[in-house]
Amino acid sequence: MKADPRGVLTGVHFIDGDHACCEGALAAGARFAAGYPITPSTEVVERFASRVPTVGGTFIQMEDELAASITLQGAVWGGAKAFTVTSGPGFSLMMEHIGYAAMTETPCVFVDVQRGGPSTGLPTLPAQADMMQARWGSHGDYEIIALCPNSPQECFDLTIKAFNLAEEFRVPVMFMMDEVVGHMTEKVVIPPADQIEVTPRRHTRKSVDNYLPYETNGDMVPDMAHAGEGYKFHVTGLTHDEHGYPNMTPPVQDKLVRRLQNKIRAAADRIAMFEEQNLGDAEVVVVSYGITSRVAQRAIDLARQKGLKVGKLRLITAWPFPENKIRELSLKVKAFVVPELNLGQMVHEVERAAAGKAKTFAVSHAGGSVHHPEDILKVIVEASR
Amino acid sequence: MSDLTNPVEPFLRSDRMPHIWCPGCGIGTTVNCFARALIESKIDLEHLALVSGIGCTGRVAGYVKLDSFHTTHGRAIPFATGLKLANPKLNVVVYSGDGDLSAIGGNHLIHAARRNIDLKVICVNNLIYAMTGGQTAPTTPGHAITSTSPYGTCEPAFNLPHLVEAAGAVYVARWTTFHVRQLARSIAEAFQKKGFSFIEVISPCPTLYQRRNKLGDGLDTMKYYKEKSKVRHGAPTSEAGLTMTGEIVVGKFVDRDRPDYQTLVRAQLAESLGDRFVEQAEMVCS
Repeated sequence: MKADPRGVLTGVHFIDGDHACCEGALAAGARFAAGYPITPSTEVVERFASRVPTVGGTFIQMEDELAASITLQGAVWGGAKAFTVTSGPGFSLMMEHIGYAAMTETPCVFVDVQRGGPSTGLPTLPAQADMMQARWGSHGDYEIIALCPNSPQECFDLTIKAFNLAEEFRVPVMFMMDEVVGHMTEKVVIPPADQIEVTPRRHTRKSVDNYLPYETNGDMVPDMAHAGEGYKFHVTGLTHDEHGYPNMTPPVQDKLVRRLQNKIRAAADRIAMFEEQNLGDAEVVVVSYGITSRVAQRAIDLARQKGLKVGKLRLITAWPFPENKIRELSLKVKAFVVPELNLGQMVHEVERAAAGKAKTFAVSHAGGSVHHPEDILKVIVEASR
Repeated sequence: MSDLTNPVEPFLRSDRMPHIWCPGCGIGTTVNCFARALIESKIDLEHLALVSGIGCTGRVAGYVKLDSFHTTHGRAIPFATGLKLANPKLNVVVYSGDGDLSAIGGNHLIHAARRNIDLKVICVNNLIYAMTGGQTAPTTPGHAITSTSPYGTCEPAFNLPHLVEAAGAVYVARWTTFHVRQLARSIAEAFQKKGFSFIEVISPCPTLYQRRNKLGDGLDTMKYYKEKSKVRHGAPTSEAGLTMTGEIVVGKFVDRDRPDYQTLVRAQLAESLGDRFVEQAEMVCS
């Protein structure tokens, strides 16, 4: 369906990534946010707090991130599209509720504007070191979707995508920004509402008497009802059957947890988004995401000027990891070079998917600034030998 | 032929019986009182949602035939806050235990009371962590033996009515599971209030608390509740602290009015934004 025009600030704007993310959420139909202040993410909810009363919706600042990350889920079951926004330490506190959203199949978006860690780390400076936490941070087996914007424009466009994926798959979607993308100000074009596709809630069409909250119909994603509609359904974080009732037996656990995983894995190629450049003749492929992809672009251009056959693969979807794409490339290229603002996270996924068919080179960085393009170039040169 | 259906049966998920609670446990009694309060107040069940945290009382959500949410440990109140704010037409009840609400969830308890979110909180206080095997709770009275205080607790206990009154609750009452009629009446009364209402129910855990402390079985506990409870409506909550075998002050302690969170937010936004303020529409994003 088309976006509700009330939430769409159509026009050409000069805004930062945090503000663009907020506009993306409003355009996607988010009318509820719960947050807790934390640098460098707070501008997203500051703007939401200012904008949403003029659109019709609610922002509440909660007492901590534990609260924010479950308040938004209450709102979802009350009928809203909802999200929260945080950074490293707050993201750590939200992990239990990412698991709750995965287990109860609550469609929602968690925005993480990454900063340097561990612990309080570098509150005002960038990193990309929450990538594994986004995937594995809550206990137990589950799958999420994670997107990585590299510009304010993408903070707008991909926030809409994040909400759409959350609704389609009934899964928490991690929106993995970083401090630089969050605070970088660029041109952001917001199209008219009738050019923005939003995914409606998978609301059940069944009558109250025939509805089972966790029954699936072919595509592994059950349809939802909201509180107050007469369905009198039950939701629990315990292992549950199709009635939504606790059933803590190995067969029910096996069926449920495999479905939670497979509903995403089976759609991984469809969910995968990436930007590619010069992969046709490439011997070395630079795999990057977020702000690092923009630094890597400079390194790639310099390498091309030197006559090196370098291609670019920018991950827009980090999770599910687009392993088929890497596997396919690994049969054609010599090496992958993976710069990221951490000491080695997504590079392990690249290495796993390449499975020894091509070499993998990390260009690690502990965070606090972006890479110097020369540092990436050096590794490209080494990988090309 | 006479109707042999128990009057509370329509409020329960009979397909989930038998429940998991121990013989002599008071939680079932509180659920019975809750159902009777619903009958008495003729609440629209379609617009009633119940939210629980984790623990023995946390399982209430799984047994009531309502839109019901069994959330994470300590977080029933913030979940309920989101539910209520997104759909203000709902009556939202939080039904959970003392450890869930006042230890791991203590921060949310005081802040929801401070904001005066329109929630009805029923706190079943069995003075212990029961689901996990009888560990010390913030409500465990001094000297009581628990599995993690094998020589007796020495921490001062929370006086929950005093805590929530100080934090801003508009309705505060306490009963025991002996006071079934009074409890049902208090629950019904709380449904008439707009704002943060808190009803504490002192309830036995014969399996873990009473047994370890040689306080007898469920029946002995009922006798204790009967003999040692003192109804003091309007009593200062500072005088409602509990000891292991002493007096239990019960009654309605607080019944006052102040605007609830959503009323305040709407008034503020309407004043500040004027014509630009857009009332929250039905959020249902079908």
